[in-house]
Amino acid sequence: MDTLKIRTPEGIEFALPLAGPISRMLAFTLDMLVVATIWYAARQMLAPLGFFGKDFSDAILILAYFAISMLYMMLAEWLWRGQTVGKRLLRLRVVDAAGMRLEPSQVIVRNLLRFVDQLPAFYLLGGVTCVVSKHRQRLGDLAAGTAVIRAPKLSRPDLDQILGGKYNSLAEIRHLAARLRQKVRPEMGSIALEALLRRDEIEPKARLALFEDLAGHFRGVVEYPPEVVEQLSDEQYVRNVVEILFKEVASSQQPVASRG
Amino acid sequence: MILDISRFVETERPHWTALEKSLAWLEANPQARLTLSEAENLHTLYQRASADLARVPSGELRRYLEWLVSRAYAEIHEARERKRFRPWAWVTEEYPRTFRKHLRAFQLATVLTIGGIAFGALALRIDPEAKGVIMPFEHLQGSPSERVAKEREEQGRRLAGHKDTFSASLMTHNTQVALFTLALGMTFGFGTIVELFYNGVILGAVGYDYVHDGQTVFLLGWLLPHGVIEIPAILVGGQAGLVIAYALIGWGSRVSRAERLRIVSRDVVTLAGGAAMMLVWAGIVESFLSQYHEPVISYGTKITFGLVEAALLTFYLGFSGGQTAVSTRRR
Repeated sequence: MDTLKIRTPEGIEFALPLAGPISRMLAFTLDMLVVATIWYAARQMLAPLGFFGKDFSDAILILAYFAISMLYMMLAEWLWRGQTVGKRLLRLRVVDAAGMRLEPSQVIVRNLLRFVDQLPAFYLLGGVTCVVSKHRQRLGDLAAGTAVIRAPKLSRPDLDQILGGKYNSLAEIRHLAARLRQKVRPEMGSIALEALLRRDEIEPKARLALFEDLAGHFRGVVEYPPEVVEQLSDEQYVRNVVEILFKEVASSQQPVASRG
Repeated sequence: MILDISRFVETERPHWTALEKSLAWLEANPQARLTLSEAENLHTLYQRASADLARVPSGELRRYLEWLVSRAYAEIHEARERKRFRPWAWVTEEYPRTFRKHLRAFQLATVLTIGGIAFGALALRIDPEAKGVIMPFEHLQGSPSERVAKEREEQGRRLAGHKDTFSASLMTHNTQVALFTLALGMTFGFGTIVELFYNGVILGAVGYDYVHDGQTVFLLGWLLPHGVIEIPAILVGGQAGLVIAYALIGWGSRVSRAERLRIVSRDVVTLAGGAAMMLVWAGIVESFLSQYHEPVISYGTKITFGLVEAALLTFYLGFSGGQTAVSTRRR
């Protein structure tokens, strides 16, 4: 996955997932539908101007269309901090490529540069630049110092929902549970946690295959007696492993005192 | 790795929520100034979230913390001054100052257009048959003398009932041309140079055609009222394109390309806005004055009007707004 990596002066590195050209194209298509809708609404609203003569009302319509088509993206990205309707629906966001605040001038420049990105037709130049550039930037993004990222879901993992206080036969054999905590690599633990959190988003067949693979991996790491694991499905096995890895069974300690 | 993620989340969540609230308020109030204690509190929350981020190796929680830290990082480390937009100050100070700051780019755009004018005039002098190729506009294909005679006969009735529409069409079309010339700056200036030269070629061919046919006064009366604003506006679009190209190429600069483009982005926007503003005026003048000829309006009046506009524009762009900021060349 392509990411926009930024290292802060404090030595912390964070990575924002970059949006690909297809999702950006879909967002743009949705935005064009929005522009068409606004234009249709504007025409209805401006219809009474015909009272002042056809010449005047036609002139206003020409200027209105120009303003809507030019300003929609700029205003939306500025007012919604890097998002348009299309980008919101597809969870995309324009950000400063250096991790700083998105400035109005950056929003304007990246949209003005659409004139050259859409050359010779259908955003071919912008699309090609987006594919070959390091941070998936079209020419407008390069000029403005911006990038388009996939905005993450703003929620914390709900462990109680996936673990739910169910009986954990693996945790009962404490020395094997301790060995499991010791031997499982952090990346594998995170993958298993992620799989559980997203289990409802996965197709049934793929879900069975995924948990079969994960359970097979964990069975190979620490071998439990057959009588403990024979009744467990692959998904239950993985859930029990995740509980051992991420949640202390005896958590009667007081929370850490607030530092802030 | 964190062994008890639930406890970790429960302990830290109040601080993340507090940081989220502070960031939402700051993002909604970009002009806001924090007190010292508020700034210190924000910085503490940012450092705490950063430390938490370092403890989470991967997964959804890490993505959440990365998003939170990235927003806080943007607010805390941003050093660019965010100015409130004041329309009057922008018109009277910022735009003319920015224009003068990048005067060399404007001069280069002018030289390229003059080169095109000379080429267009010379091409038509050498090969009059090339008119159809150089000037692909139907209304310019006939003889200038015939057009002048026809305009005298019609006395401006041709545009009756269409003046507003014509004016609006001119404004939008010319603004698109200026912005296109600007955007072509991202082709390392090559596209901007071609566009400026080509505009000059058409202008030079039209000018030569009318002068050669003995219609110099008509030409001046027709073009000067709107042309003295419209042509400089297109040149300003070219100027902005060349500013982008210069930042892109970065001769002799030690600053990174991204930083160079970042430095000029506000100036590019100002120049684009200035060009659009000039083209609105030019569109009004072209529709409501330039298309009327003798006997409706005397050529002398139109030429005088154009010369007065040129003088005012020179004064405005040359002197309005006081001292010019430091040129990007010295950065």
